[in-house]
This record gives sequence, C-alpha cells and structure tokens, in this order.
Amino acid sequence: MAEHVLNAEGLNCPLPILKAKKALKSVPQGEILVVTSTDPGSVADFAAFCNQTGNELVSSSNEGNVYRFEIKRV
Amino acid sequence: MPDNVTHEEMDNAKSMSIIVTKGTLDWAYPPFILATTAAAMDINVTMFFTFYGLALLKKDLDLKISTLGNPAMEMPMMGMHMAMPNIVSVIPGVDRMATTMMKNLIKKKGVASIPELREAAVDLDIRIIACQMTLDLFELKQEDMIDGIEIGGAATYMETATKSDINLYI
Repeated sequence: MAEHVLNAEGLNCPLPILKAKKALKSVPQGEILVVTSTDPGSVADFAAFCNQTGNELVSSSNEGNVYRFEIKRV
Repeated sequence: MPDNVTHEEMDNAKSMSIIVTKGTLDWAYPPFILATTAAAMDINVTMFFTFYGLALLKKDLDLKISTLGNPAMEMPMMGMHMAMPNIVSVIPGVDRMATTMMKNLIKKKGVASIPELREAAVDLDIRIIACQMTLDLFELKQEDMIDGIEIGGAATYMETATKSDINLYI
C-alpha cells in the first residue's frame, strides 16, 4: 500500500481542507491520507470535514506546532 | 448523475446558496471561503453574483479594499494595530496603500488569494450565476467574465434558494 501524504504546513483556512479534498480523490477507498498542517484551526476543521463527508478521522495529533491527521477514505 | 454517486448520497446531499453583493478584496473572502469549503464537504453550492459582487467574476481581477465605511478596520503593523479611520480614505493613495498592505499580509500568513479560491470554486463544480440585470446596468459583457458561468436573474436564484438547506447573503 503506497503512502499518501499531503503537506499543508504554512497554509491557512480553508486551504488545508481544499487540498485534502483534492488529494483524497487519488486515494483508493479504504486507504489512508496523512495530512500535516500548522493551522491550529485545522484540528476542529478536519473533524468537521470528516463528520460531514463520512471519511474516517483515524487519528488527530500534534507535535510542537505541527498537526497530523490520518484520514481513511470511505 | 455521476456513476459513482448512489441515490442515497444524492438524497442526503445538503445544498447551499450564497448571494454575493460586494466586490472589494476583503469582502470577496467570506463567500469564496464558505462556498469552496462547503463544496469540499460534498455540499451542492450555488453562488449568485449581483451588483458589485459581479466584479469578482471578471477575467482581470483587480480587487481593492476601501477604508471608507470600514470603521472597525485595523491593520497589524510592527507588533501594534493601526486603526484606519474613515477620514483617511479621502487622502489620495491611502486605499491603494491599504490594499498593498492587505495583499502582503495575505501572502505572509498563507491565506489563499482570491484567484486561487475562485479557481477552486470552478474545480469543485460550484454553480456560478452572474446577474443579467447587473451585466446590463454596468455595461459588462459575458466575454469579460470567466468561463463556465451561467447568466440568470432573480427567478433563477429563487428557484435554487427554495431547494437549498442554507441560503446566505453576503
């Protein structure tokens, strides 16, 4: 399984979400997209995005100023 | 209907319409941010551009901000916040300066540009309607506008609005 990664660091709302949506299109169903961002608002936004779209937010964590999200495409 | 979308998904799909009435750089943000984000969240979005909002559909975007009628406006500057009282708007070059400051801030903070958001709106298949009456009023031609837009009037908007879960006026 190839790893799908999106670096959205340095981008502000709503770019991480827009880029994630675009990136998810090329992720096969059931596989995971890893997104990193530096926008603190993206923590709440990725949770809301996944709730609305039905994609699964497998994990949401942060290390220093970098936030990391694992999104499983449904 | 695309093949990969089930009937259930179509039935569950939410929809939103936005009337866009303002054409300055600052006021271009709320409608484009909400519309593109909603579309990314699988919400069907229609944007109806009327009056000054129509400027946001021009091929050549030259958006500015005005300090006039914007009494709460403050720009960060050297760790402080500089107020922009209405009165400074009469000084030649102030609005140009405020526009340059805003564009620099947008770049520095990783905020999307309006052309970038508009492109995303088209990519996300947002339905874009330009107001026919405004085109006539301001003597604008469809050739001056970006491709992929519809031309329509109040009735076109209302038909969409009655079927939408969310209707916004910005």
